[in-house]
Amino acid sequence: MRSFEYRRAADRTEALSIAAAERARYLGGGTNLVDLMRQNIEAPAALVDVSRLPGTIENTPNGGLLIGAAVRNSVVATHPVVRTRYPMLSRALLAGASAQIRNMATVGGNILQRTRCAYFYDVAGSRCNKRELGAGCDAIGGFNRHHAIFGTSEHCIATHPSDMCVALAALDAMVHLAGADGERSVPMIDFHRLPGVNPQIETVLRPGELITAIELTPSAAAANSAYRKVRDRSSYAFALVSVAAGLEVVAGKIEDVRIALGGVAAKPWRAARAEEVLRGQVPNRERFREAADAELSAAKSFDGNGFKTELAKRTIVAVLGELNGAVA
Amino acid sequence: MAIVINGMEYPLPDDFRVSLLDLLRERLGLTGTKLGCNQGACGACTVIVDGARVLSCLTLAVQAEGREVRTIEGLASEDGRLHRLQHAFIEHDGLQCGYCTPGQICSALAMVEELRRGEPSYVTADLAEGPKGATRQEIRERMSGNLCRCGAHNGIVEAIEEMLAGEAV
Repeated sequence: MRSFEYRRAADRTEALSIAAAERARYLGGGTNLVDLMRQNIEAPAALVDVSRLPGTIENTPNGGLLIGAAVRNSVVATHPVVRTRYPMLSRALLAGASAQIRNMATVGGNILQRTRCAYFYDVAGSRCNKRELGAGCDAIGGFNRHHAIFGTSEHCIATHPSDMCVALAALDAMVHLAGADGERSVPMIDFHRLPGVNPQIETVLRPGELITAIELTPSAAAANSAYRKVRDRSSYAFALVSVAAGLEVVAGKIEDVRIALGGVAAKPWRAARAEEVLRGQVPNRERFREAADAELSAAKSFDGNGFKTELAKRTIVAVLGELNGAVA
Repeated sequence: MAIVINGMEYPLPDDFRVSLLDLLRERLGLTGTKLGCNQGACGACTVIVDGARVLSCLTLAVQAEGREVRTIEGLASEDGRLHRLQHAFIEHDGLQCGYCTPGQICSALAMVEELRRGEPSYVTADLAEGPKGATRQEIRERMSGNLCRCGAHNGIVEAIEEMLAGEAV
């Protein structure tokens, strides 16, 4: 690991000013960044520790929640309102990593964690356009069981590893940001970028900008929601495919439905086509399958991950069926 | 400012690169906490910081400034009697080589507190209600961050069950 300066920010203003002055990286729990620094994939000159900035979960005037970026993943997952009003978020967080890592990782850090693509990590032996733009991508044509089936480019097929972000995408969560030019908010579904020709640019964050909070809006679909993660072992593994979904049925017809997929793209993948098929329909297994087929018709798999297409379809159908049973 | 480890105060290292694990093992001689993968995949380095189980390999020592750290060395009583969970691990063969054991035990102690607080896990059926007792399935899910390459997991679960037996969780 290369040496670096370390500063602990007392408040947001101080964090922004240190980051601007020293071209520093923000440090949350460190569960991803410290590892990447040890592998020499990241080598920031300075770290600004924002993990001790005030981290609270507050009720908003419209009945939603404002969750500070410094709040630990385990605290969000076990919060009583998250468990009852946004169960898909609680379940997604509990599906992620291990208890130890959930106690360390912050909300902001979870959003900004980088891909677990093995070729991205293999500095000595593999080409990766995220690490070195123009070098090439060894995942394409390599061992790509874990890689993306949506939104890939000829330069990168990595996935975003977060479970939390998949639920946040389905919940239409907003990401609140602060920077030198003031504050702004970005929908979770627009926060991460697809690789295109610049796979090294992973989010819409501007230099020095800090995630300050995420905001949830309540809904019937959020309250009747679930998260299912399919993986190679039953716990402590990244998703092959995951599904976050919420369903509201009124008078026998689908009033509101939210579906997002994990493990399939460089961002949490909102299944807008599937939602389109389902809105206003009578909820049943045939409709769920039709919706899943519509969404996955746009999937493009590689040699090692062709199974993900059918797996994603079946998981969508299973989760929607579970939710439909729950409201019946 | 300093760091408190098993009730004793220690100065922080000058080099920010030093992990909490390296501080414990290499600078303070507290070698009970083990270095496994050094990348957050195995749980051998688990310690308890301010009551929460964390991975000391991915914690920079400076991040723990002002915190209270508890390691395997801090579990036995002052006259050297083992903690009853340590006893239970011996009784139930919750180890073979023993390398993962300090991490397993620190992890399990904090896990018991999480259960007592009624916190759900991924396998808890009703998230709002919380876990219905410490079933084997709940224990296995909650301990999945601690790998044992000897395969002593069944004994580990039994040791934890024994500790929990008779306790209202």
